[in-house]
Amino acid sequence: MTKFLSLEEGVSENLKTGNQVCFEGFTHLIPHASAHEVIRQKIGRLTIVRMTPDVIYDQLIGMGLVKKMIFSYAGNPGVGLLRRFRDSIENGWPNKIEIEEHSHSAMAHAYEAGAAGLPCAIFRGYKGAELRKVNSNIKTITCPFTGEELTAIPALNPDVAFIHAQKADKKGNVLVEGILGVQKEAVLSSKRSVVTVEEIVDKFDCHPNTTILPYWTISAICHVPGGAHPSYARGYYKRDNATYIEWDKVASDREVFSSWMQENVINETPKIFQNRIKNLKEEDDE
Amino acid sequence: MSNNYTPDEMMTIVASRALKNDDVCFVGIGAPSAACNIARLTHAPDITLIYESGTIGTAPNILPLSIGDGELCETALTTVSVPEMFRYWLQGGRITIGFLGAAQLDKFGNINTTVIGDYSNPKTRLPGGGGAPEIASSAKQVYITMKQSLRGMVEKIDFFTSFGHGSGGKDRRSINIDTEGPSLLITDLAIWKPDRISKEFIVQSLHDGVTRDMVQDKCGWKVKYSDNIEVTEPPTHLELKTLRDLNERTKIANSRKDTD
Repeated sequence: MTKFLSLEEGVSENLKTGNQVCFEGFTHLIPHASAHEVIRQKIGRLTIVRMTPDVIYDQLIGMGLVKKMIFSYAGNPGVGLLRRFRDSIENGWPNKIEIEEHSHSAMAHAYEAGAAGLPCAIFRGYKGAELRKVNSNIKTITCPFTGEELTAIPALNPDVAFIHAQKADKKGNVLVEGILGVQKEAVLSSKRSVVTVEEIVDKFDCHPNTTILPYWTISAICHVPGGAHPSYARGYYKRDNATYIEWDKVASDREVFSSWMQENVINETPKIFQNRIKNLKEEDDE
Repeated sequence: MSNNYTPDEMMTIVASRALKNDDVCFVGIGAPSAACNIARLTHAPDITLIYESGTIGTAPNILPLSIGDGELCETALTTVSVPEMFRYWLQGGRITIGFLGAAQLDKFGNINTTVIGDYSNPKTRLPGGGGAPEIASSAKQVYITMKQSLRGMVEKIDFFTSFGHGSGGKDRRSINIDTEGPSLLITDLAIWKPDRISKEFIVQSLHDGVTRDMVQDKCGWKVKYSDNIEVTEPPTHLELKTLRDLNERTKIANSRKDTD
């Protein structure tokens, strides 16, 4: 059953040291504000899960809060590599994280299996791919009907899922539109979930098939306008591509990174996010 | 016909020509994305472009910086969830062409985008496979496009992120992959196709003004050539204009920031 909380409370009530946590979003609706709150609260020894770990995962890793990462593509989309992630893997700074690496198809199937209450996901994957050799969680299973050899991996069931959405209604139902990613599956596979939203409205006025998560599937809703920035929220603001490009420079140096984090994350509050989207509103374009 | 174009432009335009109007193409970001959209804007207006963020039948007016830019969703026929994308559309066998780039490529079309060096102690940790391992096995054919370099086109890749033709011959069949695999490689210098038997990439056509030495100088394996080597048709005015206009629109859209 959902509660309306401040982001500070939403994070502290739901995420504990050592938890397995995902902050999902596929380019669109990435929950940046939530990850920054976790960094401010210094909740560490986390196993972080994400199909496409990007800037916020670079930040969590660089701040030393991560023990292990389960993922399928670790890059700064359209820009290049994740430099804090690389520094951890290549040089062990600030610590060498463990990795469990998959393909997108595998991760998507694993979340779906988690949401479906199954112990594993079965799919046709990793044929000839070397990840099979380095990830002991990738196994083979034989179809009992056709004899086809298929791939099995364990279901994902994180302790907590963080997502960002466009709207919640007064009751706490959540609406997502546009690129949906794997957020619905992430919430339904996780034990607890925290949803930051752009807006809280009396009632949704939308198409009957628009994606909605009922209020009773969500632990906490936090009103954080701009909370996906520099990712975007369809209907609210555009992707801040320039910030993604700048991140490459910030993350390339340990000291620059640390002082950037101090100034832009540690010394800030969730309220800063609404300022960051001021010049990115969709209507500014027309 | 125009003589004034860059090797990058040539690569993108030649790649675009390989796509057909009835193709259903799973598009990687970067060079593949540009090529697919040039095809759509020139000879293949009805091509179905699919990006792994779930956008099906998308027709972006500008090139997306990322695989899930808003432009892809706004111009798509429909947008499905990521699990649906990989389950029904890719694994379900709906994709005719998977269009991939590569950090490292070998002569059998095997691709590495995972690590340079040893997996557990890499020299360079790359982003990883993303959708590629299953695109490589589930799409009916795979097209690859990349700029040639000694670092990129190597005798032996450091990690098999996605499987092409393995060690050649019938390797795909031997591990029960029934799709065709890499069937075309387009670089900034040449067009390559796998040999029918050995499956090694063979140069079919050299781009206008390119010599065999130039191809070999930027390729880490001993290059083989077709008996009937051709010269690639240079870009037409329409192709060049379409590509440059697209790049210009993209540049303007991405620089529009902090205007007030």
